[in-house]
Amino acid sequence: MTITQKLLARAAGRDEVRPGEFVTCRLDMVLGNDVTAPIAIDEFRRMRAERVFDPAKVALVCDHGTPNRNIDAATQTKKVREFAREMGIPNYWEADQGGIEHIILPDKGLVIPGDVVIGADSHTCTYGALGAFATGVGSTDAAAGMATGECWFRVPKAIEVIYSGTLRPWVSGKDLILRLIGEIGVAGARYRSLEFRGQVIDALPMAGRFTMCNMAIEAGAKNGIIAPDQTTLAWVAGRSDREPVALASDADAQYARTVQIDCDDLEPQVAFPHLPENTRGISEVGEVPIEQAVIGACTNGRLEDLRQAAKVLEGRHVADGVRCIIIPGSHQIHLEATREGLVELFLEAGCLVSTPTCGPCLGMHMGVLAEGERAIATTNRNFVGRMGHPGSEVYLASPAVAAASAVAGRIAGPQDV
Amino acid sequence: MKASGKAHKYGDHVDTDAIVAARYLSMTDPIELAAHCMQDIDEEFVERVEPGDVIVAGENFGCGSSREHAPIAIKAAGVSAVIAASFARIFYRNALNIGLPIIESPEAAAAINAGDEVTVDSDAGTIVDHTTGEEFTFRPLTGIAAELVEAGGLVPMVREKLGTT
Ligand code: SF4
Repeated sequence: MTITQKLLARAAGRDEVRPGEFVTCRLDMVLGNDVTAPIAIDEFRRMRAERVFDPAKVALVCDHGTPNRNIDAATQTKKVREFAREMGIPNYWEADQGGIEHIILPDKGLVIPGDVVIGADSHTCTYGALGAFATGVGSTDAAAGMATGECWFRVPKAIEVIYSGTLRPWVSGKDLILRLIGEIGVAGARYRSLEFRGQVIDALPMAGRFTMCNMAIEAGAKNGIIAPDQTTLAWVAGRSDREPVALASDADAQYARTVQIDCDDLEPQVAFPHLPENTRGISEVGEVPIEQAVIGACTNGRLEDLRQAAKVLEGRHVADGVRCIIIPGSHQIHLEATREGLVELFLEAGCLVSTPTCGPCLGMHMGVLAEGERAIATTNRNFVGRMGHPGSEVYLASPAVAAASAVAGRIAGPQDV
Repeated sequence: MKASGKAHKYGDHVDTDAIVAARYLSMTDPIELAAHCMQDIDEEFVERVEPGDVIVAGENFGCGSSREHAPIAIKAAGVSAVIAASFARIFYRNALNIGLPIIESPEAAAAINAGDEVTVDSDAGTIVDHTTGEEFTFRPLTGIAAELVEAGGLVPMVREKLGTT
């Protein structure tokens, strides 16, 4: 079996599962946010459930339109807050405890290796970086998960992706996953697990692993996963009282497909509008002027990401006419970035530093684009209208490339500025 | 389920931002959401669509975010079924859960033209294109997916489990 199949078998109380079969699994965490939880709460009521199956295994994170962007958003957040209180859910945070869901859940030790997690947010697949099975669902599935502590799944086949070689300077987890999506396409892993391995992954820090698993959904995958190793266990240590369960795929596990990516010559990647599969190496980008750069999101809002951006921005200044918006992924990260001097460095360089939020990532607020405007962003989607007007454009890249582009006023690599 | 209407045709990878843009996500009312359905890729859809109509699309329909607002908006707009060459998995689950009929049929998705009069019969497993005279068959759902449709969606199914029916 693959690691994903083993995780599902374990949570279904089975010794073995086969691809294609339906299983019902017990859940270690059910997640909702300010956009999806309000509908989940309505559905939960319609199910006539009285309490959530286990308040400690539910997390409700208001991050998309917070700090509340308008009265409708404030009403939604209030609804989520009141539900959390009513149900005694401890995992609801305001202000200094908060941040973007997929950053704070692992940071707070609420997801650990071996867990099975559903979230009413497609990027729930981020936690695969911990060797957990984690997948996005809709609000009604989340409501059922909150009510019953269970969810049904169809056991997926896996695609194994082997990254070999050594990374060149400035090449990051974002480039590894963009390169893959460029190769297999946005539906290339539909209904499949994406299992990342190889010497490059072995050497990749957790931040890069989270970025990679985060974007598994952009290849259509059900989940992305990396088997836990020393890096994972060291990262998890001290974050949770629960014992991590480190599983791995069997040596004879069957894969639907194997993709080999040699990284020796891999350069930073940029995904052109309007699909994440439209990737090009930075040297093939050509002249693309930008009005905005966004560094943040559940994809790249971690401290390591901010450090990468800072390395590029240090002693430089954002180009005239460019708004470079930096969004730490959580209040804690914002605080640490401040202590390290990164926030001052960003401000000196002419960047705007925002409170943690999804904000512009989905065109909600804090940096929405007008018709004809172009942004480079460390987010994960560049669909039509994703960051604002349907006539705007989003280019996806790593923090280093986004920072370099902000300095150059056009899409550029860190080595070009 | 048997329904008839005109086909509204789209290409591959219709994403959930195209179905309901994020700027409308602070709403949850189905009718309000339906008023913005498909807006960013087909501004006139909302004016053209009539009860019973079907959406016909290519590969990976509903890719992107997990927002249930997308199938909710399509259903509330009066669409009786979505026929696509393939669906993104979260959209597929969401549609089953809320009772929006979805049919995977690459043949029908390729052959049906925009504006064709179409009848979908999900019990018989057939799609008839009255404009061209073509008929297509599709495989019925199996396993929990079939049980969900049988139960009328996930809410009644959970009520059953909780004993709150
Ligand atoms: S940062 Fe963007 S992709 Fe991540 S959870 Fe928020 S809206 Fe979704």
